Amino acid sequence: MNVEMKGIDKSFGTNQVLKNVEFSLRDGEIHALMGENGSGKSTMMKILTGVYTRDAGKVFVDGKEVVYNNPQEAEKAGIVFIYQELNVLFDMTVEENMFMGKEIVGPFGICDKAAMRKQAQDVMDKLGVNIPVDAVMSDLSVGQQQMVEIAKALMVDAKVLIMDEPTAALTQSETRTLFEVVKGLRAKGVSIVYISHRMEELFELCDRISILRDGEYVGTRDMKTVTMEEIVQMMIGREIGERFPKREHKIGEEIFRVENLNHPKLFRDVNFNVRAGEVLGVAGLMGAGRTEIMHAIFGNMPNVTGKVFIDGKEVSIANPRQAIQAGIGFITEDRKVEGLLLEKSICENIEIANLDRISENNVVSFAKSNELAQAGIDDFKIRCFGTDHECVNLSGGNQQKVVLAKWIYTNPKILILDEPTRGVDIGAKKEIYNVINDMAAKGVAVIMVSSELPEVLGMADRVMVIHDGQVAGIIDGAEADQQKVMTLATGGSL
Amino acid sequence: MKDKKICGVKIGEYGAFIALIFLVLALSAISPEFRTASNFLNLLRQASFNGLIAFGMTCVILTGGIDLSVGSTFALSAIICAEMIMYGLPAPVAVLFALACGTVLGIVSGLLVTKGRLQPFIATLITMTAYRGMAMILTDGKPISRLAEHCSSGSFIFKAMGKGNLVSIFTDAIKIPIPAIILIAVFFAFYFLLNYTTYGRRIYATGSNEKCAALVGVNINKVKLSVYAISGLMSALAGLLMISRVNSAQPNLGVGYELDAIAAVALGGTSMNGGRGKIAGTVAGVLIIAVLNNGLNILGVTSYYQEVIKALVILIAVLSDRK
Repeated sequence: MNVEMKGIDKSFGTNQVLKNVEFSLRDGEIHALMGENGSGKSTMMKILTGVYTRDAGKVFVDGKEVVYNNPQEAEKAGIVFIYQELNVLFDMTVEENMFMGKEIVGPFGICDKAAMRKQAQDVMDKLGVNIPVDAVMSDLSVGQQQMVEIAKALMVDAKVLIMDEPTAALTQSETRTLFEVVKGLRAKGVSIVYISHRMEELFELCDRISILRDGEYVGTRDMKTVTMEEIVQMMIGREIGERFPKREHKIGEEIFRVENLNHPKLFRDVNFNVRAGEVLGVAGLMGAGRTEIMHAIFGNMPNVTGKVFIDGKEVSIANPRQAIQAGIGFITEDRKVEGLLLEKSICENIEIANLDRISENNVVSFAKSNELAQAGIDDFKIRCFGTDHECVNLSGGNQQKVVLAKWIYTNPKILILDEPTRGVDIGAKKEIYNVINDMAAKGVAVIMVSSELPEVLGMADRVMVIHDGQVAGIIDGAEADQQKVMTLATGGSL
Repeated sequence: MKDKKICGVKIGEYGAFIALIFLVLALSAISPEFRTASNFLNLLRQASFNGLIAFGMTCVILTGGIDLSVGSTFALSAIICAEMIMYGLPAPVAVLFALACGTVLGIVSGLLVTKGRLQPFIATLITMTAYRGMAMILTDGKPISRLAEHCSSGSFIFKAMGKGNLVSIFTDAIKIPIPAIILIAVFFAFYFLLNYTTYGRRIYATGSNEKCAALVGVNINKVKLSVYAISGLMSALAGLLMISRVNSAQPNLGVGYELDAIAAVALGGTSMNGGRGKIAGTVAGVLIIAVLNNGLNILGVTSYYQEVIKALVILIAVLSDRK
């Protein structure tokens, strides 16, 4: 099935998010869709699938003009959107999930379990994945859940599949499986729109690429002839200079040391140190235990044994309060789940981590609180209407800046950042790198966990690689390269 | 930012007050009996019992919890106070001890939620049932009457709590009920607590995003435990005012009070998911319920219809409060 979108306009209130955008999808191709956050990729795909209505423009499917009023109509026509946040009923089985809303019923409305199970199994076989159809969804890995979503799409005989950042939460091997499945679907004539920020994946998987910038269509290129530099240029439309700004200051004495950190299941024998003004990059595959180790250091995990030294003195950290008192700040991986009071204002988010600073005898000073929030907005260039702007209405990059602000005002000696730039566009990424460098220049020991290898290599003074819950090696920044890190991360040795 | 505005005022925030003013004006227009000063003061006295409970409930709901045990705590604390008076202890001692008991009863709910990891609904369903049963056991199911007459000492204080009026400052015609004065004083205490203290910030943060709050160093278990303690204390206080007013205590006091309190909090615009709400809104919610009870009684509407009308008003108020 081929799709043609022409002259699409869309505004939310006074904010025009799509301006005269076009897009074309051929039969049986994998078409990458790229652009910075807020460039309109998702909005365009939501218009195609009837989630939003367009203000202007036309959509043709197989040459005929169509209007879908809701996702169900689009699905009936064979166009299915698999969202980044999977649409899964966690407490129900695979088969129940697949047949939700379209159960096979016998007489008296009784579900025909056997028939549904068989049909679900057939689809799984066709996909070539081995997932028991009677397994409960919450027992499956994220990768497997994603496969169920794809299976669901195939059940309605999808001819166009739209996938939004499908590999964001997958392990290396799950990603491989997904790629095989996607390529298999292409061979069967299914057209796929593939939205991703991971440049390397696109070159491996996709046939063509279309790029949006600030709600405008920039162009479409053949994946075989385009270069990475050209794509970046098209995406941001300007030079951003060096991707990873340099640091010039000297690294000082050791501030932070971890000895024999152990957990019965998640990690063992973790030893490392960080010096004043140093950025320690932490690399490893998804699920290797990086995030868990950071939570353990911060006192946010039970059953952990081991010693933590700050400035040479052993400190005991049993909960986040003690960690904060000891001078540790922790910017967590998932800002929406753990990092922010999402429904609250910028002011309230910054003040909750700095209550001592804005209060006297436990009585809050509104003036001080507002002053601190305003400082946060200015220092971190947070784009907002004011200190009472609710965080839920901020873009990903600006949300992350709020999280950075609230922690940095606690004046930590040790700053842990877990995936600080996930879901953040290139411009905001650089601003975050600058903040990290400023902190290091002030003598803070920085620990930065990241799944983006170029980021770790570009930012870290040393790179610690975690494999299967253990420190596989610590490489000096100057000697670290992609190959060495991946060798260690996958269990090899140098 | 998306709030509808009228004359520059966000009506979303004041919806409950607008509804209250509208109700009072309408009932005043219909009934001359309603619009007397003495009726308004009486109405305040009636509102104070639910009001105190609803203040505690607001704190619990702001943390994302709920307290179903308030009605039973109300009764059990009152029974404990009554039994101590009958035993011959001075009234002030009985009152203070009963308040302490109410706090402990709240702490038990809080422990079930924090240490026991029970969902607040289930935890307080358990304590609600248990406390009611204990009140029955203590009294053998029978009422304890003529309490003031049995006070060994301090009967003046006991009588004044629920029945008394503040007369001296004003003319005789305007007697302000002591419970209403307590209600107003407690309101200001809660207003200060929730809006001006770090403790208040921690309550909102816990209800808004527990994980995030814990990671910035908020002791969420301590916060949760404390709001159930406050709720228990407020329920006990309301219970004592009630037995002072009626001069007797029964084990089936306060049945269904949890629902009136929750309704008042919801009417006041507090989110049942926690993290969002204002104590002033709860005041409006409490007064709406009190005005409805009082006004419909004066108009002679039978109690069966009263319930349905109350439900409709709550429905309309909550629907119109939506963003």
